[in-house]
Amino acid sequence: MREIDVSQITEAVARMSQSANTDLGQDVIQAFERGLRTEESDTGKAIFKALIQNAMIARDEKVPMCQDTGFAVVFVELGQDAHLVGGSLEAAINEGVRLGYEEGYLRKSICDPFTRANTRDNTPAVVITEIVDGDKIKLTMAPKGGGSENMARVTMLTPSGGKKAVMDFIVQRCQEAGSNPCPPVIVGAAVGGTPEKAAILAKKSLLRPVGAPSPDPELAQMEQELLTRINNLGMGPQGLGGRNYALAVHLEKHPCHIATLPLAVQICCHASRHKEITL
Amino acid sequence: MSDIIKLTTPLSEEVVASLKSGDQVRISGELYTARDAAHKRLVDLLDQGKPLPFDIKGAVIYYVGPSPAKPGRVVGSAGPTTSYRMDAYAERLMEVGMKGMIGKGKRAPDVVEAMMKHKAVYFAAIGGAAALIARSIKSVEVVAYEDLGPEAVRRMVVEDFQAVVINDIQGADLYQMGQEKYRIA
Ligand code: SF4
Repeated sequence: MREIDVSQITEAVARMSQSANTDLGQDVIQAFERGLRTEESDTGKAIFKALIQNAMIARDEKVPMCQDTGFAVVFVELGQDAHLVGGSLEAAINEGVRLGYEEGYLRKSICDPFTRANTRDNTPAVVITEIVDGDKIKLTMAPKGGGSENMARVTMLTPSGGKKAVMDFIVQRCQEAGSNPCPPVIVGAAVGGTPEKAAILAKKSLLRPVGAPSPDPELAQMEQELLTRINNLGMGPQGLGGRNYALAVHLEKHPCHIATLPLAVQICCHASRHKEITL
Repeated sequence: MSDIIKLTTPLSEEVVASLKSGDQVRISGELYTARDAAHKRLVDLLDQGKPLPFDIKGAVIYYVGPSPAKPGRVVGSAGPTTSYRMDAYAERLMEVGMKGMIGKGKRAPDVVEAMMKHKAVYFAAIGGAAALIARSIKSVEVVAYEDLGPEAVRRMVVEDFQAVVINDIQGADLYQMGQEKYRIA
């Protein structure tokens, strides 16, 4: 049994709240550079250039790349042989979010669903915990903005629809989302499980390096086919027309009930932010 | 693509009428910021026959909720938010003289019609390019609803704020035009 003091968790979450929002992953920047090379529309090219410039300003000046610094979603993989001491896990994460968002001049965007009263410190975080082997704790901080979250959908398809229904739904979702989720986007989708399982798997798929194919060859092929179909819609960067609406499609699958075919689609904007640390 | 058009706010009806979907513009002058919560309050004021907290004639409203300014800066990051959430309020503001809106994403058909009727345009700024956009914002002051935090109404003085005309007063829609040009059936 290994002891981990939760104050380390608070500190890590505070730090990652800031770094995730100011320091865009190299994989995303490389995807912008690929987009710039393949884009046919002049407006689209100018948008890729602006996004690369934006990411540089954010990194160099330590300011958020987007004003919507998101809902703090924290994935926790807790080793079953680790023992947390010094307080509760959720409270430690929330304290990290509170500190990180305050000290980093990040926007506080969390409110009561009915009164819309702002909680003023961007808490509570959404904490998704998994118990895994080992004695370590892995924390992944993935802030996500409201504009792209609003484009998410979970649907229960009819099993007879099969792959075709799954792919049609994903393509249609992108068409309907249009410019709202700030394309170029990364499309995360998960088939199977239960509605809540699919939603989490789809969200988690967005943590992959942009464009890293699924290890399952069947899914990897579907990802390519989906990417082509989505980009053939012609919506392009920012939905203003062009070749690159999506930078990648990440697809996951999980066994489901004999009567169901759940599908979740989670679209992530180009401000695809996530940082991880293992303690 | 046409040349870049320089605009100064407030916008006159003639200037608005000359703009076409797809025009690249650089806006200088004052913008007013408002998101859903502020729009609700503005429209409530109109419903009660009360004056708005700023001069709406010819005004351009920017749908934005900036991140807090770091010390020594006028504003944090400040890119557009998704516009459809303001669709329910947009026509009321056009009726009293608003001439431009800046956001991202498609507007509802009735908003596009209202733009034709009241002669107003809808611009998009690059969603998510918020640190870059902040460079064109020269000063910011809260004019109303400070309690709304990032959603307060602010007066922003901007210089060469980069945007593109999405909907003009002819009812054209750049999102549709752009997609049609690049769609592969
Ligand atoms: S969708 Fe993403 S890039 Fe666009 S405004 Fe929201 S957080 Fe920023």
